[in-house]
Amino acid sequence: MTTVATAPPRRRRGLTPLWLLLPTAVVLGVLFVYPMWQLGLLSVLDFRQAQVSGGQPTRFLGAENYTRLFGDPRFWSVLTATVAFAAACVAATLAVGAGLAVLLTRISRVPRLLLSLAAMAAWAVPSVSGSTVWMFLFDTDLGLVNQVLGLDGYNWMYDRYTAFALVGAVVVWHSFPFVMVTLYAGIEAIPRSVLEAAAIDGSGAWRTFWRIMVPILRPLIAIVVIQSIIWDFKVFTQIYVMTRGGGIAGQNLTLNVWAYQQAFASGEYGLGAAIGVVMMLILLVVTLLYLRTLRRSGEPL
Amino acid sequence: MRTTRRLLDAVAIVVAAVTVFPIYWMVLAAVKPPGEIQSLDQRPWTLAPSLDAFRRVISVDDFGRYFLNSVAVALVVVAASGLLAFLAAVALTRFRFRFRTTVLVLFLIAQMVPIEALTIPLFFLVRDLGTTVPGVGLNTLGSLMLVHTAFTLPFAIWMLRGFVAAIPDELDEAAQLDGAGRFTILWRILFPLVAPGLAATSVFSFITAWNDFLFARTFIISATDRQTLPMALLVFFKPDQNDWGAIMAASSLMTVPVLIFFLLVRRRLVAGLGGAVKD
Repeated sequence: MTTVATAPPRRRRGLTPLWLLLPTAVVLGVLFVYPMWQLGLLSVLDFRQAQVSGGQPTRFLGAENYTRLFGDPRFWSVLTATVAFAAACVAATLAVGAGLAVLLTRISRVPRLLLSLAAMAAWAVPSVSGSTVWMFLFDTDLGLVNQVLGLDGYNWMYDRYTAFALVGAVVVWHSFPFVMVTLYAGIEAIPRSVLEAAAIDGSGAWRTFWRIMVPILRPLIAIVVIQSIIWDFKVFTQIYVMTRGGGIAGQNLTLNVWAYQQAFASGEYGLGAAIGVVMMLILLVVTLLYLRTLRRSGEPL
Repeated sequence: MRTTRRLLDAVAIVVAAVTVFPIYWMVLAAVKPPGEIQSLDQRPWTLAPSLDAFRRVISVDDFGRYFLNSVAVALVVVAASGLLAFLAAVALTRFRFRFRTTVLVLFLIAQMVPIEALTIPLFFLVRDLGTTVPGVGLNTLGSLMLVHTAFTLPFAIWMLRGFVAAIPDELDEAAQLDGAGRFTILWRILFPLVAPGLAATSVFSFITAWNDFLFARTFIISATDRQTLPMALLVFFKPDQNDWGAIMAASSLMTVPVLIFFLLVRRRLVAGLGGAVKD
């Protein structure tokens, strides 16, 4: 390993870092690694309410939970919904976040302060209370939105797509500040002279953004994109609270909420675990892409 | 040029207003008298503010207790995760050892794990732990403290690493030459210097623990006096008629402390985040 060769000479004996890492290793081992192993194990077992509280013997099923899952048209529809919902949220979050980051660089001090304070405030709002206030704003009768738009008695949660759109709006509202703040910091770090040179050469704002800022900020944008994918793929609270656990007849289920409902509402712990494993594999692929991007950008770990 | 700037300023102010509007609406609804909440003609102001909804929430539904539960969980998580992350960050920046990069990558991967998927095995783990170790089983605040400490750790370590690395090596070497032991270097030299970084990390740990809905929903099944805020809030949703005044009052109680805290440490937070993202 090259790191060993370049390391400064150390007088400390080798055991110390192990002692420092030990508490973390114990906590993560018990609450992270072991449950992951258990998740995999549960997914190949016949583990239902009867086994949990009824004392029925646990049976090894092999891939049966998975074949059941993949043979269920519901799974494919939920998977599609999850991917589409996450993709829409990521796209919207990035568009809003990046747009506002650029906007921040072109405005006066006071509006800039106001906008960043407002974004910070939205960021800080807990997802449960953020969900409740948006539900109130879009309430059928007492909601401000329906009253202003004259949509008396219109329920946004009845339709699958408006319900998803509303949840998505809350997700974007919660997550665009991270993108905005991160990209703004990145843009500010671009040397002034580069942007001035572009302006002198007659490059407009749109062109400067795509031809200069985006290439320079590529590593940062990669990080922001991947983080957003990971967050939006795992949205739980907003969906659970706003659609009351998955919407009418489960029309607003995503993999996450579905796994939870299978396990804790239907007592199908084995099947829920199988959904969890599928989710974990999908995110693992995303993570590997992330790591590759980090390495490409010359990240010294 | 000047008119463009004026226009952009105006756009920014409008966006800022739209962004804060839900928060304003929440606090406003919390202080509106019941008659105005039930009104079919909602106004963006109130001429008769009342604390009625807060009174209802705190006295009738014992919201104060849930508030304290949430505070207790969040504070323990901040302290435990901060301490463990500090030690781990020192190990990962001050020492070169085999598998160091592997460990770092593992912490990165750990941040990506869908924690929600782990609720199923964790539910059984906590249930079984509870039979041997009192205080961490189902229906205890200890169980929440435990899982949140674990799940905030990877990010906290990742973030603190940048702060520890920023302290010049010469400093602890000089201390060592002066005869300071390892323990002294750790607590008297590094710890005070990393304190600002710890503050930034704490905000994230605090918010994760404070906002948690999933584990509170899963672990606290029957002991209502151990509930935390996010779950307690859902009590006000009734099948027939939601008590919006109470919901908004409870939401405000849950939001405003975090909001103030967040805005106060804003600069430090952004610096810390930049550190975590960039290095």
